[in-house]
Parts: sequence; structure tokens; C-alpha cells
Amino acid sequence: MTTEPKSNPPLGRVIVITSGKGGVGKTTSSAAISAGLAKQGFKTVVIDFDVGLRNLDMTMGCERRVVFDFINVIQGDAKLKQALIKDKRLDTLFILPTSQTRDKDALTKDGVEKVLTELRSEFDYIICDSPAGIEHGAQMAMHFADEAVVVTNPEVSSVRDSDRVLGLLSSQTKRAETEGSDPIKAQVLITRYDETRVENGEMMTIEDVLEILAVPLLGVVPESKAILKASNVGTPVVLDGPSAAAQAYEDAVLRLTGKQVEMRIQGERRAGLFKRLFGRAS
Amino acid sequence: MSLFSFTRKKQQPKSAQTAKDRLQILLAHERSSSGKAEVDYLPMLQRDIVAAIRKYVPIGETDVDVRMERGDQMSSLEINIELPKIAKSKDG
Repeated sequence: MTTEPKSNPPLGRVIVITSGKGGVGKTTSSAAISAGLAKQGFKTVVIDFDVGLRNLDMTMGCERRVVFDFINVIQGDAKLKQALIKDKRLDTLFILPTSQTRDKDALTKDGVEKVLTELRSEFDYIICDSPAGIEHGAQMAMHFADEAVVVTNPEVSSVRDSDRVLGLLSSQTKRAETEGSDPIKAQVLITRYDETRVENGEMMTIEDVLEILAVPLLGVVPESKAILKASNVGTPVVLDGPSAAAQAYEDAVLRLTGKQVEMRIQGERRAGLFKRLFGRAS
Repeated sequence: MSLFSFTRKKQQPKSAQTAKDRLQILLAHERSSSGKAEVDYLPMLQRDIVAAIRKYVPIGETDVDVRMERGDQMSSLEINIELPKIAKSKDG
């Protein structure tokens, strides 16, 4: 795997992975995108902002190696270097876990800014895994972002919440508050997309979702068994063997780095006509 | 899906279209209130209405019912005021 750091000085780009609604795939996407960027050779760190409900460590498979966390660093109880966990698969990938016992109020704006500033000087990409909701934790995760990936399922409550989050991104963040700075670059990542259900008119199409949210599309991740399998074993899906979901994340990562990649929507391998007609019996 | 469901498929309403339509109506309203819940002012409106009517008729806080119906083209504000049957005199 190519893991040689690419740029010097580092890009220092902060990307928040957010959604509003819970359970749409923020942590899965954070893990997959950060691993995908690291695989491309970018020095990447992924930060868990879900204070009290630590889960990124499990998705990344480093839950047994957590000693210090993000909150320890903010409160000065540990140095950033002590809290960063180096990934065992990619040496350009680091994880900054959150606290399992503290309260989200421990995330102070100054503290978060200080840590992010330090990380910007060393990493190409800083991926912020936001908690669900639009409360303090989610606001801290998005506040200093340069770019946002809004994870959305083609389903009414998820799309509605994404719209709300897009509103906050364009009004409640540092870039929004700083005169003369470019707005956060927001894009939508559609996950749990099921092409068969779309064809049957049971699920909104990509065009429907984009028409409503009116932001660019980063990628479409199909509903895939590979996702649960990867999280079962604590491996980001892009490092867990080939699958339609891994391919979709790899493409999304390339787009994040500025490459033009054609939007291809692959489902899980579709059953043949025979199986579709008689599959129920088997 | 059985073999014969092909014949019925076209007549069934597509729920995805319903989802899209519902979202478009709802979000048009939510956005116009710039991120804040637009019904926020309804309790204050209710308080002001009660205060205005109380100048002339004694009514309780709960006698005014303010509802908003949000539609595609227009929204309507429905205000129901329950007046006492016989206006009680203050001395009585």
C-alpha cells in the first residue's frame, strides 16, 4: 500500500462528517473516508466528537489501545501526541478517540480550536466524526471545518435533517461568521442506496435528493452487507476487501481530493432474472 | 414479488414520489424561517391576542387557540377565541 506522506507542508484541511439524523452512517463514512485518504498517501487523522458515546474506536478496530482521549488533550491532561493512536494497517492514518465518561460540555470552542490548529500543521486531512443531532457536540464538530460531508439516506427524516444541518453549516460556523472567508464546501454523500427499491418507486432517487438539498454530490454508497461485516471486525470498509460499498467510498475519496471520477452506482451484485422471479422460494 | 405483480405495478402510487413532494413542501417553509422553527412566534402571538381581548372581555390564557396550516402555495393561520357565554362584570 502506498503510505508515503504526499505533501510538505501538509494540506491541513478540516472535513466534518455530519448528518443531523443518527444511524445514517456518519461513523462508518468517517472511518472509510479517512482510511481511503490515508491509503492515497495523505496523512490523515480522524477525530471522534461524540463525547460519552465513543464508537469510532470500535469501527476503526483500535478500542483496546485507547489510553488518553480528545477531552484529556483539551483539558491539558495529556499531550496530543500521547492521545493519537496510530493505525496498525496504514502508517499515514491516526485516530483521536473521544471520552467515554465525560460530558459533551467538555468540548470547549477554544479547546477544539487549539487541537485542530495543532493537527492542521501536521496532517493533510483532519476528519471530524460528528455526533448525531444539532446540539453542542455537533456544532463543535462542524465549527472549524473547511469542508462538510453531509451523510444522507434517501428517506424523508434523513433528508429533512440534512437540510437543517446544511443551514447550520452556512450560518453557525467559523467560516460563516468570518467576513471575507469562503463558505464551507458542503456536499452530500448518499448512503444505504438501494437501486432495486428506487426502480420500484419505493425509494427516492439520487436526483430527488439532490434537487431538494441543492448541494453537490460526493458519492453514492449502496446498501451493502460489506458494511456490517467490516464493522464487526473493526476494519474500515475500504480496507476490508473489494465490495460495492468500498468502491463507492474510494471514488468519493478521490473526489474529495479534487479528482474527477465518474459517478457509478453499483449495487450488491443483482440477482439474475431467474432468481428474481423464483428467488422467494429458495 | 410474484410473476403476476408486473401487471399491477403501474397503477400503484409510488411512495418515493410522495416522500419527495412532502419534503419539498416542508423544507420550503423551514428554510424561509432561516433555520429557526417558524412556529416560534405563535405562543407570543397567542399571549398578545389574549392581552388585547382582555381589555374588553375577560378570557383565560387557554381560551385562544392558534394553529398554523402549512400548504404548498399558501399557509393559513387559524385563530379560535372562546368567549365566555355571558360577560361577567368585574364587581359581580
